[in-house]
Amino acid sequence: MLVFDLALKSLRNRAFSTSLTVGSIALSFALLIGVENVRVGMRESFSNTISQTDLIVGTKGGTIQLLLYSVFGMGAPTENVSWEAYRQWAEHPAVEWTIPYSLGDSHRGFRVVGTNEDFYRHYRYRGGQEIALAEGRANTDLYDVTLGADVAAELNYALGDEVSVTHGIGEVGFVTHDHMPFTVVGILDKTFTPVDRALYVTLEGMEAIHWEDGAPPASDDEHVHDDEAEAAPADDGHAHDDEAEAAPADDGHAHDDEAEAAPADDGHVHDDEAEAAPADDGHVHAEDISIEDVEISQVTSFFVGTTDRRDVLQLQRDINDFEDEPMMAVLPGVALNEMWQGLGYAETGLRLVAIFVVLVGLLGMLVSLYTSLNERRREMAILRAVGAGPSRILGLLVLESVCLAAAGALAGLALVYGLLAAGQSIVEAQVGLFIPIRPPGPVELLLLGAVVTAGFLMGFVPAFKAYRTALHDGLAVRV
Amino acid sequence: MSLAIEVRGLRFRYGDGPWVLDIGELTLERGTRAFLFGPSGSGKTTLLGVLAGVLAATEGEVRVLGEDLASLSGARRDAFRAEHIGYVFQMFNLIPYLSVLDNIALPARMDAKRRARLDGAGVKDTAALLADHLHIGDLLKKPVTELSVGQQQRVAACRALIGSPEIIVADEPTSSLDFDRREAFLRLLFQECERAGSTLVFVSHDRTLEGMFSRTISLPDVNKAVL
Repeated sequence: MLVFDLALKSLRNRAFSTSLTVGSIALSFALLIGVENVRVGMRESFSNTISQTDLIVGTKGGTIQLLLYSVFGMGAPTENVSWEAYRQWAEHPAVEWTIPYSLGDSHRGFRVVGTNEDFYRHYRYRGGQEIALAEGRANTDLYDVTLGADVAAELNYALGDEVSVTHGIGEVGFVTHDHMPFTVVGILDKTFTPVDRALYVTLEGMEAIHWEDGAPPASDDEHVHDDEAEAAPADDGHAHDDEAEAAPADDGHAHDDEAEAAPADDGHVHDDEAEAAPADDGHVHAEDISIEDVEISQVTSFFVGTTDRRDVLQLQRDINDFEDEPMMAVLPGVALNEMWQGLGYAETGLRLVAIFVVLVGLLGMLVSLYTSLNERRREMAILRAVGAGPSRILGLLVLESVCLAAAGALAGLALVYGLLAAGQSIVEAQVGLFIPIRPPGPVELLLLGAVVTAGFLMGFVPAFKAYRTALHDGLAVRV
Repeated sequence: MSLAIEVRGLRFRYGDGPWVLDIGELTLERGTRAFLFGPSGSGKTTLLGVLAGVLAATEGEVRVLGEDLASLSGARRDAFRAEHIGYVFQMFNLIPYLSVLDNIALPARMDAKRRARLDGAGVKDTAALLADHLHIGDLLKKPVTELSVGQQQRVAACRALIGSPEIIVADEPTSSLDFDRREAFLRLLFQECERAGSTLVFVSHDRTLEGMFSRTISLPDVNKAVL
């Protein structure tokens, strides 16, 4: 205990250089722990993008691709799943709820997501938080749109604004359907997940976007109400992208009594066929079609919650083996993990940099201790005279560096918690990264231990020098 | 009377350097107040280092209290010194970051055997008592940096004396004091050595103090390495 007492008093005696050293170790350790916290925060916000969803189902393809487009709003879906197939699984006895998604369109760079009230009812993120509305109401009608928080903020939209939708994904879509304006009826609370960066319309609304120029692909069934609806389905099967054969009526007057809407019931993927030919004299107006008139033909993917989680794997197998259509079900946790692994090199790099910064901090300590040794030779000689062996001198120096490293690490830890407490909400508001504040876990303790151990080992450099000096000097201070 | 120090055939040099010490025979009886004098460079400090067990004799026999230090390991010599020897330097005797009391108490805290020699009294009480004897009882709480040189040397004497070691080695402890203070310091030192029953080895190049000692040794006379 004497050596410990001596170490502490000696460090206190050199208060200025001690506090500089402790400060630099504290800053570097705070960086290391901070990086660790940000990493955990990133990972958590990443894997908490969705929660409580047992399966994500889409057409057969890559696991990560399905995850990307249905959870993160990135990349493009290739194929859709038919409405019939979706309903079949939605009514499966093991399934408690589903959230259907219809994707593939955008508005000024933000995704447009077709979904239904199940989204508001069942979507969960970050440990069970629900989707909530900041203003307005949920979209329920055909031309209602609810905006994610970022969409509303970045595009400066308010309730009642009209929004047009671009077909295709990207800043500049292929076709803008200006004639089919959606009205903002609600704005969602910020979730700090990709939910914030999308616009939400009904599945029916999404279906309607895909009609060429606002007219439903007419069929000759009983849905066509009157003779004024001359919409004739194109039978050439051309994709609408390369030919806009739909000729809009140019008379521009509304016919309220004309209810020409006829939903397509063929269930085809919309990209492949856009046969709708509008009435040549009667402009088809969005307002003329009601939600009941639209029949949903397809969804892109859907989330599944099971009644009993033990059924998840069996259900996944069943969906993967589904014979009617090529379908795939993935476990979001597994897929997210797989995806995070791919991003792992970034966090390794981040961590590596932080470790080097800590090493630099410890080197500063080494330098400070080493340079102090010359002026401490007298002290060493006195200690020798009262019976301290050279190994005790060595122990004193090593203990001093351990104390410095430990004090620095603890101060750094305190600094991180202080900064987190002060800046957590600011970081969350500015960059959308929620960094949880939690008591130091095994990782923090491990890093703390590592820094103290590194301080211990590095302490041997000045300590060994002091040892040799003590041996050489003995009781006299020789130059 | 048994011998406190018995040196035979001692030769010492640093590394491969020239011989610094070459002493055929040197003995000191217990309870002696020995005055060891010699000019600078006559090997005084080196001899004290060997006697205190900090330096290992290159050749020969160095018996202190009957123990041949030359045959002990470095760690054993350190332990021996901690238990049996009190040491006073010429100057800068004190550890700057310790209080007066902590400086005095240092040997007792360093070594359990030295602590065990306090006759049952606590380290602090013993240190305070010694400080009183040397008239520095009112300085115990002061930082050592605020003491005068004379006060510092008394603190150093207290530290050497705590736990009543058999041998007190003093390396020119009075050279930085003026003449009156030298005498006063020496009287106090003698008084405490007597109280503790310690043998005193006092080194100086200043022969004016010689008369106060019971035995005088001229180092140039015994050390054949210096010609």
